[in-house]
Formats: sequence, C-alpha cells, structure tokens
Amino acid sequence: MGKRHDVRELEDVVVKFVGDSGDGMQLTGTLFSEVAALSGNDLATFPDFPAEIRAPHNTIAGVSGFQVHMGQRKIYTSGDMCDVLVAMNPASLKANLKWAKPGSTLVIDSSAFDEKTIGKAGYVQNPLEDGSLDGYLVIKAPITSMTHEALSGLGVDKRLAERTKNMFVLGLMFNLFERDIAKPLEFIKEKFTDRPKVVQANQAALQAGYHFAENTEAIKVSFRVGPAPMEKGLYRNIHGNIATAWGLLAAAERSGRPLFLGSYPITPATEILMELSKHKSLGAKVFQAEDEIAGICSAIGASFGGSMAVTTTSGPGLSLKSEALGLAVITELPLVIVNVQRAGPSTGMPTKSEQSDLMQALFGRNGESPLMIMAASSSANCFYYAYMASKYAMEHMTPVILLTDGYLGFGSELFRIPDVNDLPAINPPMADSNDKNFKPYRRDEKTLVRKWAPPGVEGLRHRIGGLEKTNIDGNVSTDPLNHQLMTNIREEKVARIADYIPLQEIHGEDSGELLVVGWGGTEGALRSTVSAMQEKGHSISHAHFNYIKPLPKNTREILSGFKKIVVCELNNGQFVNYLRMLYPGFTYHQFNKVQGLPFHVQELTETFTKLLEEK
Amino acid sequence: MIEYKRVAKSPVELTKQDFVSDQMVKWCPGCGAHAILAAVGNVFPRIGYRKENFAMVSGIGCSSRFPYYVDTFGFHGIHGRAAAIASGLKISNPGLSVWMATGDGDSMAIGGNHFIHILRRNIDVNILLFNNQIYGLTKGQFSPTTPMGTVTKTSPYGTIEHPFTVSGLVMGSQGTFFARVPDNNIKLMAEVMYEAAKHDGTSVIEILQNCVIFADKIHEHITARDFREDRQLFLKHGEPMIFGKNRDRGIIINGTRLEVVEIGANGINEKDLLVHDQYSKDPGIHRMLGWMKAPDFPVAVGVIRSAPFDTYDDLTEQQIETAKKTSRIKTVNDLLRSGDTWEI
Repeated sequence: MGKRHDVRELEDVVVKFVGDSGDGMQLTGTLFSEVAALSGNDLATFPDFPAEIRAPHNTIAGVSGFQVHMGQRKIYTSGDMCDVLVAMNPASLKANLKWAKPGSTLVIDSSAFDEKTIGKAGYVQNPLEDGSLDGYLVIKAPITSMTHEALSGLGVDKRLAERTKNMFVLGLMFNLFERDIAKPLEFIKEKFTDRPKVVQANQAALQAGYHFAENTEAIKVSFRVGPAPMEKGLYRNIHGNIATAWGLLAAAERSGRPLFLGSYPITPATEILMELSKHKSLGAKVFQAEDEIAGICSAIGASFGGSMAVTTTSGPGLSLKSEALGLAVITELPLVIVNVQRAGPSTGMPTKSEQSDLMQALFGRNGESPLMIMAASSSANCFYYAYMASKYAMEHMTPVILLTDGYLGFGSELFRIPDVNDLPAINPPMADSNDKNFKPYRRDEKTLVRKWAPPGVEGLRHRIGGLEKTNIDGNVSTDPLNHQLMTNIREEKVARIADYIPLQEIHGEDSGELLVVGWGGTEGALRSTVSAMQEKGHSISHAHFNYIKPLPKNTREILSGFKKIVVCELNNGQFVNYLRMLYPGFTYHQFNKVQGLPFHVQELTETFTKLLEEK
Repeated sequence: MIEYKRVAKSPVELTKQDFVSDQMVKWCPGCGAHAILAAVGNVFPRIGYRKENFAMVSGIGCSSRFPYYVDTFGFHGIHGRAAAIASGLKISNPGLSVWMATGDGDSMAIGGNHFIHILRRNIDVNILLFNNQIYGLTKGQFSPTTPMGTVTKTSPYGTIEHPFTVSGLVMGSQGTFFARVPDNNIKLMAEVMYEAAKHDGTSVIEILQNCVIFADKIHEHITARDFREDRQLFLKHGEPMIFGKNRDRGIIINGTRLEVVEIGANGINEKDLLVHDQYSKDPGIHRMLGWMKAPDFPVAVGVIRSAPFDTYDDLTEQQIETAKKTSRIKTVNDLLRSGDTWEI
C-alpha cells in the first residue's frame, strides 16, 4: 500500500453500505463493524432497510443500507452524513447520495450500471458519466463482473457467484481501511460451516476484492482510524433489542423470579421476543400470544403467579394494551412493558423511529392510572434500563413502561460486559407463607408497597382484580372515601419511587446560558453536539432524562440554573409539555422533529447557536 | 382423588367448608350461578389437591364474580381476557389447578380470540362457561348465543344474528374437552367438573344457565324436570346412546348423519346404537353429538369429548428441562460472554 500517497488519519468516519435488499448489505456492514471493533475503534451502527422483505429488484423501494460510525474517540451515534458511501447499484446511489458529505468517497459497482438499472432507479442519464458526481472522490470498480471472474475457476454457479459480490466489496473496503482480513475469513468459515462450496466462494471473493484494491491504480486513498481510548474490560457489539432482552434475563436471575414474556410480533420490537425465545436453558418462558392484549394479559396472569412478567411491543400494540395496563395498576402487580417506539399514528412508519408515545405512556389509560416510566438512551444501556425497570417493577409492585425506540433497538454499539452479580440486588417483596398478618393491600409504611403472594403459598389465599378494593383487606368496594384513598395511595406509591432513583446528572456546568434537555434515544446526538459546542467555549449543558415518572428529585433545581432551556424531542413536544405541567414558571424552548429520522448534529448546532445568540 | 404430576396433593382431607369464602354472594335469587358454586364446593375437595394450589380466574359479567365466592387464590380480570390471564398463570406456574369462570359474552364475543386460542394450544385450564344466552350484568342485551329472532333491549325487532353453538366453536378450535350440563343438575355438574379436572388440557364445560331476570326459562324446553329425560341424552363413556323416560329411544349413525330411533321398532335393537367414546381423538362423532338440537334431537349432556393430546404447559416444561440439560448457557453471565467478545 506504499504506493498510496493519500493516507488519511481520521478521528472518526461514517461508512454506509447500500444496495438492493438481496445484496447482503446487512452482513457486509456487520462484518465490517466487527473488524473495526477488533481493531480497537469505538463504534455505533444502524441498519436502514425497507419495510418490504423483497421489493422489486433495482428500485428505490428495494434499497437496503447499513451505516457504521467508527472512531478513535468516543462514538455517540451512528452518524449523520457519511464519509464513505458504498453503492452496489444505481437505485441505492440515487436514494443515498443526499446522505453523503460533499467531497466524500463513493465506492460504486460500475458493472451494475446499465441502461435498464439506471432507468429503474429513475435516472435519465448514467450518473457515472454525466458529471453529477464530480464533487466526490469516486472509486468505480466493476465489482459484479470481477467477482464472477475471480470465482470462474471454482466451478460455482452463477447465482452463488452473484451473491458473493458483497464479499468482494468488503475485501475492497478492508484494504481501503488497512484492516487485517484473517478474522472475516474465519467468520465466513464459521457462518457457512456445512457448505464448503459457499465458504470457498465467499472467501475467494473477499480476497479478490482485497487484492483488487491493493493493485488497482484507481484507488489512491486509504483511511486510517486508530484505537479509541476505552475503559479496560471485556467487550462485544450489541443491538438495543438484544440488550433489552438480556437485561430482562439478568433481572430474572438476580431476583430469583422466573421470566415470563407474553408478546406479539410487531416491528421494531420483535427481536426481543425472538431473542428471549432462544433462552429456555435460562428458564425463560416465552408465550407468543394471539394478539397484543393476550400478550399483556398472559403476563399479568404470570405476574399474579409469581413470575417476573414482561410484555414487549411498539406504539400500536401499547394502544391495544391500555385497558390491561390499568388492571396491572389496580392489582398492584409488577409488570415490565417495553415499548420500542416507532413513527405513528396508527401503523405510521413501522421501521422508522420516533419518540411520540410518551403522552400515551403517561396518560393513555382510563381513570387515575399512575405507573412508572423509564427510557433507555443508547443501544447498550437498554441492558441496564431493562434490568432496572424490572427491579423497580418488582420492588415497588407496579407496572413500569420502558420506552426505547426503533433507532436504539435496531442500532448497535460496543458494550462493556458486566458481571451480572455486580448489578444492584433485586429484592421482591414476597409474602411469607402462613403470615397471619397478610392482607392483599396491607402496605409497607415507607414505600406503600403491598406484598406479592403468588398462588401455591400456604396461608395466603386471597382475591384481587380490576374492581376497586378496600385498602388493606382487599374487599370489593364502591365506598367514596375508600376510592379517594386508594387513588391517592396509587399515585403516592409511584411518586415515592423518586426516593430510590438516582438524581439527574448534568453534562457540563450546572448553570449557564443554555440547558439542552432530552430524554430517551436522542442522547447520542445531543451529547455530541453539546460536547462539541462546549469545546468551543459556549455556555451550554445537557441534561438527559432516563427516569420520566417519577422525575428525579433535583429536576427543578437543574432547570433553575440556566437562562434558557431547550427541550429537544423526536415528537411535537410531549416531554416539554409534561415539564410545563409539573414545573411551570420556566420558559421552555423546543426543538422538535417528526420525520422518522434521528437528530443530526448540524441542525442541533444551528438551533443551539441561535438560542445562544438571541437575547 | 386425581393424580397429576405437577399439582401437589392435599396432605389432609378437605371438605366443602374449606372453599367457602367470607364474601356475601350477590347473584340474584334463583340465578343458575348458585348451583354452579354449589357444584364447585362439592367437587374441589374430591379432586384432592392442596387448597392453595387452586386458582380461579374470571373476566367480566355475572359469571365473573365467581372467584370472590370461592376461598382459593382468585383473580378477577377484565372483559374477555380471562383465558389470556389464565394461560399466563398456568404456563408460569404449572403446579396450579387453574379454573376459569366466564360467560357467553365474555368468552365468545369480546374474548373470542383468546377463547379459540387457549383451546388450540390445549393449556390445562378448566373453563366453566355460564351460557345464559344474554348479557345479564349490563341488563339484557343479546349475546353471541342468543337464539335468532329473540327480542332483547338491543334487538327490539328480534336479533338477526346466527348464534354460536358452543360445542361447534370449541371443536372448531380443536378443543380437546367439551361437556355440557344444565344448571338444575348439580350432581352431573360435579361429575363433569371432576372429569374436566382429570383431563390434561383445556376443558370447556358449557352450563345451560338460567337468568331469572333477563332470559328466564331460556333453556326450559331442554331442562324442565318433567321432560328432561326425553329432551336430554345423558352420555356415558362406553355405553350405548339411549334416552327417553322409558329408555326406549337411541341414536344411530345413518350414512353421514345421526338419527333418532325407537328401540325395538323397525328391527332396531340396542346393539345398533352408537356407543359413546369420549376419548376418541377424531372429533367427527363428537361434533355431531354437540350439534344435536331440539326438537329433532335430544340435547347431549355429560362429557361429549375428552381426547388426549399434548398440553402447551407440559411441552413448555419439557423444552425447558431439555434445554437446561443440553445448553452450555447456564447463567446470564455465560450468555453475555457467548459469541464474539474481546478484551480491551
């Protein structure tokens, strides 16, 4: 590689692989990321795939993508615009060029550009020839035809050869980024272990791509991204939905309560259901229900039965579960509801992310129906917040809604693997057998939490249900004062959880010109923006909320320290209105976006700069 | 006493008194539900499980007050969802004997989806289906089992809906146990409840229940004491299908249809009659028996179907036991460290 004069040392780089949905872009991106992680980069990834499983070939609708942001510094998001775009056909180039930075590098399969595919993509002229890519560094490589050529001696059929072109481009990219290809070659062997022909073809394509890049005069640039400073430890790459599933498993193990999941498949939450289905060896019972309502109701039955019960869903599913949520509230049973939010209303945009279910989580039930609400804020911390949601649900005998979103769930980042035994202990308030004092709604004075008394335990027979009950005895009651009392107790019980959650942290000074407030999945984008502006000397801080109901006890104090507050959300202003309700007296600015897209650093920087400039 | 591998037996003999709760029973005087409560009181001690291992789940409606009146663990759910709640309870805690009280509206209108799926999965839950052909608690609207043309508060011109035949829905959902019993026959009710408890899998007991207020005497043409022997076929496994006050009529199969015959007439004798096989896996005859309607046929009562199939809850336990033996992942720490990891 000595021949390349243009070796670019990069702090961080965003690479996006795009192609037809059958082109294997997800696998390519995953392997590329894995090797980056092994080389010591910090990283975050995000897949961008169509809702259709196999849309028509070579059309815009069928474009599938995978983005990875890697760096030799802390990486907070999967990146806004890309520095390197790998496009396997005209449609994917057309759909994604707007996400490539001006002057970025384009790696293009030139052999996929013919009259037919160019036309199908909606181009009038061939973009490789009409000068429209002049502002970019274009690496045109006849990837498909060279893959066929490289495999010609191996006796593989045309179809298989066609399907290994993603490995050719991966080899090329490894060369471009000066990566070692021993690990991916090994991975291919493991993945296709019982199909030697497929192993051979994929390995040959990968090597051919690598050597092509090594030898061709067409490539004059290479990129170097060094290792990031990371805390010592054991690491893995993890997707948010998998992290959520594992956090739930960890909580079940530490609490000694068996895990029960009642769930119905729904994008983008299905991975949690699929993942937990695998772990029968850990005792996880997974019930794929006939609908969303049965998902939550079976979980409520299991919770009554003494299990750590969970239901997972996305917005439309949460709507269907509303009535049953009220049942969990009035029976004061522990239950974790994971809502992987997506763009709504109704079916909306199932594969696109949004934060628009907050009001639904807070208020979307009949009656005075308080429950705890938390939000994860990175793919990896889905593990921790799923664990903590389970802990609070069981220890405080309440349903807890954990809000994540499609962006966190589908995205991945590096995860420092904890020892499960180092996580906070979980002590569910189990009733003792034959406890003479047991009454269904007798409560701990301090927390107002009732005892958990599953069927089977001697001396604890009792009845609970959706009808209002007397405090302590738990008999059906329509007494006006009792209803007032129980309503107050249910609200107060949730409010008192504030004594058990951490105080809100603030990134930066605790007073100044501008406080940026966010919650949930936007943490990465807000943090990178605020950090960069702090480095430039701006008086700006960031408070990112993971505990929504109850809010941390120092929330008012935090809000009080700044001249201006801006609340940034991927909705039309739900958290900000919640803050207005609880903490009136502050002027809240808003930055909202409802496009199914994450925040971009650029738009945030512009917004914050303007707020800082305006008097 | 019933032997079942996963439910613990009572160390002492129980009596009806052990299951009487301290709550006032608030059903209308004369309501068929009182009889159902009495039958449950009779049969629970006979079943022989520890009293703590009984759990009663219900939905919404008159039927669904049931859990408050039995001193077991009880859960009064929301409308239509009892089957889903009971499913989660049984799967999570297979050591329980789970019973469900529901009505025709609760299980077949708002809860129809859960009802058919619990049957399909064959989860070991015993369902007491109070079929009074009316919405009682909301004061008299038609239900999915109200006969066509019935005038109710929401059908002042008569209903224009084809009603469900409960057995048809149960067998269409591949139910493995179905019994039918009138509410004025407590002895038979206790008997089929015992059979239901013995059956591994979902059991449905359709109770022809009288609602004295909104659908009084709706089942009278079948259940009235004066002619019930003529209008009901009491099924017993292994016995020929004979009915009638004088036990002179029976059921034969003629081609693809059931037929009522007179014993002794036209050369027909007892040997020609169908013999009841409640354990047959093939539901063909069970479907036809369930479908028999007045006035052409007697209505079949007793256990119509009790076919042995694997249960969901048992298969769940088996899969877990196998996975625990064979998987290398024994703890969550093992899981976190499986696959690709690296030290930094």
